[in-house]
Amino acid sequence: MTIREVAIGAYREALPILAVSAAGGLFAGLVLGGMDAELREIEGLLVLVPALLATRGNVYGSLGARLGSALHQGLIEPRITLGNERLRAAAAAAVASGLLVSTLAAIMAFALLLALGRPVAPVWMLVGVALISGLIGGGVLVTMVVTVVLVGYRRGLNPDTLAGPVVTTTGDVIGMATLLVAARIVLAVGGG
Amino acid sequence: MSVGTRWSVRGIVRATLPVLVALTALELASGLVLGTIQATLLEYPSLLVLVPVTIGTAGNLGSILAARLSTAFHLGTLRFGRDDTLVGNAVATIGLAATVFPIVGAGAWGLTAATGETGLPVSTVVIVSLASGLLLAGLAIAVSIAATYAAYRLGLDPDDVVIPVVTNVCDVLGVLVLFGVVQMVV
Repeated sequence: MTIREVAIGAYREALPILAVSAAGGLFAGLVLGGMDAELREIEGLLVLVPALLATRGNVYGSLGARLGSALHQGLIEPRITLGNERLRAAAAAAVASGLLVSTLAAIMAFALLLALGRPVAPVWMLVGVALISGLIGGGVLVTMVVTVVLVGYRRGLNPDTLAGPVVTTTGDVIGMATLLVAARIVLAVGGG
Repeated sequence: MSVGTRWSVRGIVRATLPVLVALTALELASGLVLGTIQATLLEYPSLLVLVPVTIGTAGNLGSILAARLSTAFHLGTLRFGRDDTLVGNAVATIGLAATVFPIVGAGAWGLTAATGETGLPVSTVVIVSLASGLLLAGLAIAVSIAATYAAYRLGLDPDDVVIPVVTNVCDVLGVLVLFGVVQMVV
């Protein structure tokens, strides 16, 4: 293949996925843009945003990849039931590591900002936002990834190509939306 | 799959946690950069709207290129150096950035204008987005090629390591480039 053919093929293949996920990213941005009051009140929240969004993508992206490989290998049945032990373990592990890493990110962000002498909200506020958004977002994303991958597989779609775009697109939108909800809950509790 | 066929919650968490923590530390670095331009971002909401989409698109450009290079590498159709597959994919990445980022900039401005004050003219937001996008495409190409080559030299399967590393490095670069461009243009 010539350079031209390779380039045109790669461009055509990637453009739809990139466009859909950019649209998702814009909506995530719209939520972030509307969060200026919360960002001002919970100092250090903006520092946490990339880490929390990336954790969603990493954790649920790897859940999607794991389920995709397991379906190909025949390790799990493409049926959504609570009796599906491997499926249950994979989903629980994803939510658990999501919560663990989010909490760790909040504590690390707090410590970093404190060490740098920058203004930062109390540590319980940052951890609270990370935990609440991790729990709500995790529940939604697990349901979505499991459903899309298993239903897609039953309909004859390749879960490997399906999981990535679904996670990157919905992860940012759901990640930002749950971050806003979590910030409001924490501010309401903290009397901010 | 490093946890094999016996799936336990503990086993999966233990296998994935070290990478997740390392990537989180990396993302916090980009968060700190965002924190330093927080005042500018809050003043011009259309730039704040650009943040997730710039990070996300940069990560996607990198991961798509890395996935294609990994596959070409497995198929044996990739040689490092002046190679048609390599150059063709690099050209496509630049083309994709040049297509998507101006639309993203206009979209960010339009969405902000629809919901309140933008604070900046549409041309500035489009220029910030396009300039960031083209710079990021160049960086994504360099990072993807370097990571695929490093995996190949270290005898690692590029599928396992390259994509998470490239995606997260491009996330961080996304923030850094946006920071640089905002400082210069706004």
